[in-house]
Amino acid sequence: MWDTVKLIALAGIVLLAAIAANYARDVPYMVHAIIIMLVAGGMFLYTIRRVGDPKPEPDLGYMDDVIRAGVIATAFWGVVGFLAGVFIAFQLAFPVLNFEWAQGYMNFGRLRPLHTSAVIFAFGGNALICSSFYIVQRTSAARLWGGNLPWFVFWGYNLFIVLAATGYLLGSTQGKEYAEPEWYVDLWLTIVWVAYLLVFLGTIMRRKEKHIYVANWFLLSFIVTVAMLHIVNNLSIPVSIFGSKSVQVFSGVQDAMTQWWYGHNAVGFFLTAGFLGMMYYFVPKQAERPVFSYKLSIIHFWALIFLYIWAGPHHLHYTALPDWASTLGMVFSVVLWMPSWGGMINGLMTLSGAWDKLRTDPIIRMMVVSIGFYGMSTFEGPMMSIKAVNSLSHYTDWTIGHVHSGALGWNGMITFGALYFLVPRLWNRERLYSLAMVNWHFWLATIGIVLYAASMWVTGIMEGLMWREVDAQGFLVNSFADTVAAKFPMYVVRALGGVLYLAGAIIMCYNLWMTIRKAPAKEAEAPAMAPAE
Amino acid sequence: MSKTPDTEHEVDTTGHVWDGIEEYNNPLPRWWLWTFYATIAWGIIYTIAYPAWPLIERATPGLLGYSTRAEVADEIATVNERNAGLTERLASVELAALGDDPELMNFAVNGGAAIFRANCSQCHGSGAAGVQAAGYPNLLDDDWLWGGTIDEIAYTVTHGIRNEQSPDTHWSEMPAFGEILAEEEIASVVQYVLQLSGQDHDAGLASTGETLYLEQCSACHGDAGMGDTFQGAPNLVDAIWLYGGDPETLTETITYSRFGVMPAWAEEWRPGQGLTEAEINAVAAYVHQLGGGE
Repeated sequence: MWDTVKLIALAGIVLLAAIAANYARDVPYMVHAIIIMLVAGGMFLYTIRRVGDPKPEPDLGYMDDVIRAGVIATAFWGVVGFLAGVFIAFQLAFPVLNFEWAQGYMNFGRLRPLHTSAVIFAFGGNALICSSFYIVQRTSAARLWGGNLPWFVFWGYNLFIVLAATGYLLGSTQGKEYAEPEWYVDLWLTIVWVAYLLVFLGTIMRRKEKHIYVANWFLLSFIVTVAMLHIVNNLSIPVSIFGSKSVQVFSGVQDAMTQWWYGHNAVGFFLTAGFLGMMYYFVPKQAERPVFSYKLSIIHFWALIFLYIWAGPHHLHYTALPDWASTLGMVFSVVLWMPSWGGMINGLMTLSGAWDKLRTDPIIRMMVVSIGFYGMSTFEGPMMSIKAVNSLSHYTDWTIGHVHSGALGWNGMITFGALYFLVPRLWNRERLYSLAMVNWHFWLATIGIVLYAASMWVTGIMEGLMWREVDAQGFLVNSFADTVAAKFPMYVVRALGGVLYLAGAIIMCYNLWMTIRKAPAKEAEAPAMAPAE
Repeated sequence: MSKTPDTEHEVDTTGHVWDGIEEYNNPLPRWWLWTFYATIAWGIIYTIAYPAWPLIERATPGLLGYSTRAEVADEIATVNERNAGLTERLASVELAALGDDPELMNFAVNGGAAIFRANCSQCHGSGAAGVQAAGYPNLLDDDWLWGGTIDEIAYTVTHGIRNEQSPDTHWSEMPAFGEILAEEEIASVVQYVLQLSGQDHDAGLASTGETLYLEQCSACHGDAGMGDTFQGAPNLVDAIWLYGGDPETLTETITYSRFGVMPAWAEEWRPGQGLTEAEINAVAAYVHQLGGGE
């Protein structure tokens, strides 16, 4: 019966997608309709071939298949996103790489959102989804809720990524930073995200421990807030049901404010709260130490999620935004400093008594550096939100450097640590294939980030000073082109930093792959779903 | 830090265990808590001092009466006030006599440089050397298409070249000789132009080309190829080329002609974003003193 419903639904989707492709008013819409048609068609065939197969016995252990898929997707999208980043960094240093033959597809403007979405949503998003599935099962001692729903979340989310990425290359964009995908892609993500929330909440409801572990507070706040941000910032009216273009419901400064309310909280809830959830599980597990302070985790959790949501206006200092909103954005950002650092303290102090592991365990070292970069960029952020600093830093490469010390240092490194933690456990291996390679990865990534951040500080501050430089009579001293020319050496250094970081990630992929293929298998254990105490 | 973090389980755990993870009951680090309080206290004070809390009609204005827009307006007013006398004199100065007033000259050149960087450098380059391949003239040499006296430069900036904004814009149009002459004829004219500019050329073809040149080209470029600044016709005997002096580029130029455009910069022709009289004089003074002013 369920199979019949599924087949009818899939056939309906194929048909509708074919109609949409036929009436498409623009190329991206048509390509997307064809992709959806092919996916639904493939699923139709897959389902019809399995009609009548005996149903497998329901599995009662942890649901780890979907997490394994998520780990692979994370590593894959990571390399894709870093590669795109390295390429566009070279495009900025050497504009000739905006090839004439690829104009309109591979020029910087098209590839830049591809890079940001690939690293934030594809790499970071898959890392969050798969690690949250792992964490919520272990800390609740319960199987994921919802039957095959977690698989829907995984595939649905990755379909969203494919639609977003192809859309960027073909020129379908709302023009909102980090919210570029058009209306139907947004609708699809909304469905997937609600399913994600249901899986997560359903699993927490099944938990065997009375209290909910701190990692799950952060993960839940991330899932709920991202849903809210995504829906509000993407409120728009399609120009045609058969076209990709849509018009935002907000306009002018209201639209800008909504966008940066969203944009800053994408950082706050996606890249901070979500990843703190990862940190709160993997750091104590890898260090085999208790979390430093329960009290601190409560206070900094509530302070962080209360304050972050108001900090967005600092992206719009000295614009059409009214002064009062600007002031509040700055004040909330500065007050946010200590709540952000609460996570750093809890992470680092968890290692007290286990500091010697820094010498012997490169995975712990990765996590510690990650927390260090978290602390650094959550200090730098509030500082840059101060109007006087912002008047120098805004629109310069300093912002780019700030974002990358957070993204490469904090998000990247904690994710690498989590992947090194997860792969041997998920594939039932005794250990990683090579710790020496983890070491290489650690140093390549760290040096890469240092080159990246340092070059962007130099060039950002230089550029800010050059822009504002006036002579004694108040006349501008530099032309814009002068500032661009002056940045060239730093652009090359930045791109080289990216190359090192990418090289580290490729070494990681090889190491994980060999772990799965070659590392000795672990002695079989009874599937551990020990009730929590 | 006042409390040594627990290593020997001096501090209790909360008693919860999740997948083997426990939590210590350590107190909040003092420095952390006090810094947090301090930022909150600072935040309250700051929002009292500056415009902050939205009410029903408007937001609280703050005790300091600060406003970003007023701050910018003040800065602009201060600079304008400081330069008021000079700006006024510059707007009405007899440009040819500008050099006699060193203070005003200095002001004009500095101001003109800034205007140039913001408005002109996109085509002429931030060093004013132009972009030859794109036909943006070099302003550092002494070869002028429409005249290089300071007054002529000011006129060109005011009205531009071959644009549709100003009725008094410089205007001339070279024919596309591909529609008038045969390919061989163009080739011979090219050889003659190479000869005029002292480059390697085929003497036989050049002499055919000379006849054609005198028929077709000399009306604008002059019998001797010296050009004509009244018509914006370039000088062909020097080594300075707007688009390039090699045979291929010359063939292209003669076959299809060129039509370089420059906007009219005066406020009158660019409402809301044009240059004032004083600004035009300033940029003319700057360009004139770059090296080639007549």
